[in-house]
Amino acid sequence: MADRNPAPDTPELRERWGAFAFTDENRARADRHIAKYPEGRQRSAVMPLLDLAQRQVGEETGTQGWLPLPVIEYVADYLDMPVIRVLEVASFYFMYNLVPVGKFHVQVCGTTPCMLRGSDDIIAACKKRGMVKGGVSEDGLWTLTEVECMGNCATAPMVQINDGNYEDLTPERLDAVLDALAAGEQPREGTQEPGRHTSEPSGGPTTLRDMVDANHDYRGEW
Amino acid sequence: MPTVTVDGREIEVPDGATVLQACELAGKEIPRFCYHERLSIAGNCRMCLVEVKPGPPKPQASCALPATEGQEIRTDSQMVKTAREGVMEFLLINHPLDCPICDQGGECDLQDQSMAYGRGGTRYRANKRAVTEKYMGPLIKTVMTRCIHCTRCVRFSEEIAGVDEIGAVGRGEDMQITTYLEHAAEHELSANVIDLCPVGALTSRPYAFEARPWELKKTLSIDVSDAVGANIRLDSRGREVMRALPRINDDVNEEWISDKARYQVDGLTRRRLDKVYMRKKGKLQPASWDEAFKAIAKQLKSDKSSIAAIAGDLVDCETMFAARALLNACGSGLLEGRQTGMDYDTSNLAAVNFNSTFAGIESADAILIVGSHVRWEAPLVNVRLRKAVKRGAKVFVVGPEWETTFPATFLGTDLAVLNDLPTEVAEVFDTADKPAVIVGGASLKGAHGKALALASGWGAEFNVLHTTAARMGSLMLGYARKGGIADIAEAAPRVLLALGADEMNYEPFADSLKVYIGHHGDKGAHAADIVLPAASYAEKDGTYVNTEGRVQFAEKAVFAPGDAREDWTILRALADALKVEVGFDSFVELQSAMIAAVPALGEEGLADYGELPKPDAKAKAEGSIDAYPIADFYLTNPIARASATMQRCSQELLHGEELAEAAE
Repeated sequence: MADRNPAPDTPELRERWGAFAFTDENRARADRHIAKYPEGRQRSAVMPLLDLAQRQVGEETGTQGWLPLPVIEYVADYLDMPVIRVLEVASFYFMYNLVPVGKFHVQVCGTTPCMLRGSDDIIAACKKRGMVKGGVSEDGLWTLTEVECMGNCATAPMVQINDGNYEDLTPERLDAVLDALAAGEQPREGTQEPGRHTSEPSGGPTTLRDMVDANHDYRGEW
Repeated sequence: MPTVTVDGREIEVPDGATVLQACELAGKEIPRFCYHERLSIAGNCRMCLVEVKPGPPKPQASCALPATEGQEIRTDSQMVKTAREGVMEFLLINHPLDCPICDQGGECDLQDQSMAYGRGGTRYRANKRAVTEKYMGPLIKTVMTRCIHCTRCVRFSEEIAGVDEIGAVGRGEDMQITTYLEHAAEHELSANVIDLCPVGALTSRPYAFEARPWELKKTLSIDVSDAVGANIRLDSRGREVMRALPRINDDVNEEWISDKARYQVDGLTRRRLDKVYMRKKGKLQPASWDEAFKAIAKQLKSDKSSIAAIAGDLVDCETMFAARALLNACGSGLLEGRQTGMDYDTSNLAAVNFNSTFAGIESADAILIVGSHVRWEAPLVNVRLRKAVKRGAKVFVVGPEWETTFPATFLGTDLAVLNDLPTEVAEVFDTADKPAVIVGGASLKGAHGKALALASGWGAEFNVLHTTAARMGSLMLGYARKGGIADIAEAAPRVLLALGADEMNYEPFADSLKVYIGHHGDKGAHAADIVLPAASYAEKDGTYVNTEGRVQFAEKAVFAPGDAREDWTILRALADALKVEVGFDSFVELQSAMIAAVPALGEEGLADYGELPKPDAKAKAEGSIDAYPIADFYLTNPIARASATMQRCSQELLHGEELAEAAE
């Protein structure tokens, strides 16, 4: 697991983020989330609001975004709840970054199916490109994190980079994706296997074969 | 009322009871760490596993399982034993084996329960988890590696104290209990988490490494730091009180006490008066008892009745009665207990009593607080108010704003607002089923009559919240002049007996011989001409009456230091010196004389003050409240002022920001 302690509370951090406030657009979104819950239960909206805040920080810093303490305090204040309760949530969920991340947050799945399909090679390929676990690479582009199952076992191994999943990876395919991202292009998300569409069985269907061309009534065959 | 079978015994349990409670009713002890009667159910320690049929064929956490009709519960099966042993083994995986250097040792739930369910040795070979200490303020010492994540402290601060500051940060193995950025826990009940902690993760910082529980003599006592009269247990070793812990009394303090009640005891050994002092050439010099008594007798030679007594905030009823007996024998009735000069009407004690009772205020549905900073004046009443608000009560406060732990509306500092309450406020009280009015010390002068009239108009319970432990007792013993302390000053007594009176202004008594009978070298002793060293609440038996008129008895835990004597013996000796007869020679005689004079003091429990007086419909509230009587929660009485812990709390928790600024 990466370091889940919040970034230290320094005067520089306060100076940089002390004046954080939602943009008008995000404020409207935040209020829409709050309105989902009954009166007096506005703190239920803490998770979407933290996400909004993280994204806004991301926009301001040109990264995936993270949650500096003043921003956590802002969210607590916005929802009129104790800061410690917001920090509990922010530190519980892995998707909230508590320390600065690079422009691309490369989250490599290292759970068993991905590991069996070669996630170790993926991590090695990432490290070869200068990525460090839990830190930002020298060029400011990359942050590497090893995460637990992302639910893409059928197309293992996979990485999640910011909001996109890249699956069926080999070190070469990963390099292609990362090169494209570094060059400012948007590579195709999803499986990287040529000819594969999504997470359907590779090598053609193994069940319901008669359904491939036309609708087939199986009921008589049960 | 479901009927369940516990280990073959059929019992009926109340609706809504849990399986754990059912087992307790059946007399079975269920081990637990996270479950606590007064907190919400967390169900995360898994120690309370039992076997329940019908249900899945696996052990169930009894604390979070409702008892239902026809359940068959087994607490003694092999499955239960094995399951609990498994849980215990997991809990101990990361728990350090440092009981010999842990302050919780000897009174530790984990230690006790591991005797029943623990293995002889560990099977764990990997590295244990270690957690850095967390700073939680001057009162709470943390050793977070010992924490088993029961979250009792988190639930206490959120639910009971109402100050959300402790939380569980991180998840899984990385979960850590901490305050936000390790700020100190800043509320008046913070140290109760020490009692709640089932292991040694949160222990008492001032008491760290002081004593082991089995070395301590336990004495049942009553707290004197405020007028709540919390039931406490004084743990002493030799001649020193080591610590104060709450006792359970659902009518008074439930099982909490304020930080001041808990930690002022270290003031009992500091700044003590342990010798007789007399002022000679403007300076207090050590003297003998004889000398002092002779000087007092000499002063009273011409007119024996020219003697007055002022009772302080911490004195017990016996002391006050002994002084009253002495004064009466001298032919004087100059008694006063309200040191700050208040002169409210005391002809009917029901009008100056907390009539709802603390337990009763919980069920009020509209509460008007007039001039009381409840959080500081009576932290344990504040807990009750919070409970009432949780049940839907609306609270309105007249007075300067303070940080409430529940939603409350402040109506300004001008007491005149009571004469013409805003419509929406008046409407709340008109329609409330069980309204209550609480009048604090700050408004007794300006709004007592009006508040009484309002309460009777609404059919509301009328309450006065005093701030001192001696107050109701002193009023019952007649320590109240019509004009208050000014009356005494006007009478210009030749001798003024100050019974631990440290909050009063001694200037009007410049010509009197001021005899201070008390235990701490505080304001009273500084102003006195003669200082007679007496006993504090821990060093004498005594009766106290709390603000709801509850008579309670405290026992003597230790002996007073040096030459100090129990107060009544000093007054008895003084009677001999003055050659008057007071009618008692022993504490028992004194007590029975007191009970004969005021029978209510002889019975523990609520004193009956009769009906409330008829309110004066024309009463008007006037004036405004500029400040509450308590300026510094931690330093309200001479014991607390002498306590290093309380001084540190005051500096750090109340004036921390100022100090930090000064340092810059």
